[in-house]
Amino acid sequence: MTTQIALFGGVYSNYLALDAAITDACSRGISDLYCLGDLGAFGPFPDRIFPLLQRHNVQCIQGNYDDSIGNDLDNCQCGYTDERDNYYANISYQYTQQHTSADNKVFLRQLPRTRIIQVEQTQILLCHGSPRKLNEFLWESTSPDHFLEPFFSQHTVDVIAVTHTGIKWQRQLPSGLFVNVGVLGRPENDGTTNVWYTILEVSGSKTAVEFVPIEYDYQQLAQDMQNEQLPREFIDTINTGWWTTCLEVLPQKERTIGKH
Amino acid sequence: MATSLPTISLSHLDELWFQVSGTLCNLTCNHCFISCSPTNKNFGFLSLATIQASLEQSVKLGVKGYYFTGGEPFLNPEMTAILITTLKYGPATVLTNATVLKQEWIDALVAASRSSRYSLEFRVSIDGFDPATNDPIRGAGTFVRALAGVQQLVKAGFLPIITATRTWPIADDRTVLANFITTLKEAGYDRPRIKLLPALKIGAEAQRSSGYTDAQRVTSEMLDGLDNSQFVCEHARIVTDRGVHVCPILIEEPDSLLGTDLQQATQADYAITHGACLTCYQYGAICSNPSLGLTSGDA
Repeated sequence: MTTQIALFGGVYSNYLALDAAITDACSRGISDLYCLGDLGAFGPFPDRIFPLLQRHNVQCIQGNYDDSIGNDLDNCQCGYTDERDNYYANISYQYTQQHTSADNKVFLRQLPRTRIIQVEQTQILLCHGSPRKLNEFLWESTSPDHFLEPFFSQHTVDVIAVTHTGIKWQRQLPSGLFVNVGVLGRPENDGTTNVWYTILEVSGSKTAVEFVPIEYDYQQLAQDMQNEQLPREFIDTINTGWWTTCLEVLPQKERTIGKH
Repeated sequence: MATSLPTISLSHLDELWFQVSGTLCNLTCNHCFISCSPTNKNFGFLSLATIQASLEQSVKLGVKGYYFTGGEPFLNPEMTAILITTLKYGPATVLTNATVLKQEWIDALVAASRSSRYSLEFRVSIDGFDPATNDPIRGAGTFVRALAGVQQLVKAGFLPIITATRTWPIADDRTVLANFITTLKEAGYDRPRIKLLPALKIGAEAQRSSGYTDAQRVTSEMLDGLDNSQFVCEHARIVTDRGVHVCPILIEEPDSLLGTDLQQATQADYAITHGACLTCYQYGAICSNPSLGLTSGDA
């Protein structure tokens, strides 16, 4: 028997992309939908995310942003170290904090940090940054095999899925399959406007990964962001597919691929 | 009543450093925290064979990334081979002054970087945005030579992280950064990455400015509720030709030598009793990538 599940990475308030991704997954007959956290940030109208998640029973875990917004912390805990990156992160955080309802903050506060699900005979660990830290960046070019391997035995799982970096990747290791599912919130710094989600297809103890590009009405999102007076730099990213902020955390290989 | 010493345990060996050229450097910077120079041979080179043995050991310890420092790493004749080997294990970062780079080395590293799944990072030390601000610190003519090295790296496709030690008032950070960006862009580096470092008031820097006073120390109380991961010793160790030390900053301190074996050196707690530990406490993870810019505490 084969079972498919859909994994959504950071949504970053991109309600249009979330809606398109849910529609795509449902059109494939996938009913088990999961989100790996960071529901708000970057985009407009954070409260528009929650009805979509609830209507389609998307099971969520907590990202650093959700922990911060839910608990009214001082900052987003995004893990940036550069002043310019933190400047823009703070604009986004203040906006999201002010525009997230009290009820939705309670929802965010109560989300679990991690979750292990069983699909067929496969145990899958869902987490936001890494299995050990909520806001750890696990980039493909800075995550050695021997660093990732112990997580599988520590958590007794066959698959580990994370998000947080904004760029998808996968690696089959002797101990299991590691997947960064990408994000729905903004394009992948590759000059295209689409975003990505991930389908895991589990057959018994075998798991296959499909990264799914999602086209959505990015021009509407850009218009919404403009109306909400969010930074021009954020809107440029939506319109061009190139990251303009939060760049200094990128390692050499991932940074080189981008334009800025 | 006796006060307990503040101690830090290693949570996980994320960063493995190598003092790959010992204390030998072609420059004699007057802010160097271990007083490296062309004649300082207190610490010797590490061979490729020694490093390969540590790399093998690091696999079992789950190390996340490898860093190479000196001295000037590229004075070690095996440096290129060392980086090529390391990229088979994980991401590598080399801290260089970029004044001795040969094109054939860069070409070999471009090829190795392209064939590896892991990133190779260059961190280039330049301490001022022009000769007038850099050369009094790093030596006559070093700004022009270092900038030429940066241009070599950029032309090869690397995005070096320019690392500048703060020898100016902290209030001037933004102006200094802006000047760095202008200089680097004019030199053809159109998206410069810059990391500012606090000065560590030990080694030559203790003579240039002032050392730490006895009161400038981390106390146990200061660790209450603190995320200890901002201390380098919480997630790093460094290999020198004498053994394994607690962090890249304190190698000249006798108590920094934790053993001859990597496994052994990961077991030991460390009492952070040195003045430089206070700078680590104040600024956090100062040795690590990525670029640091200004911390929120500075802004």
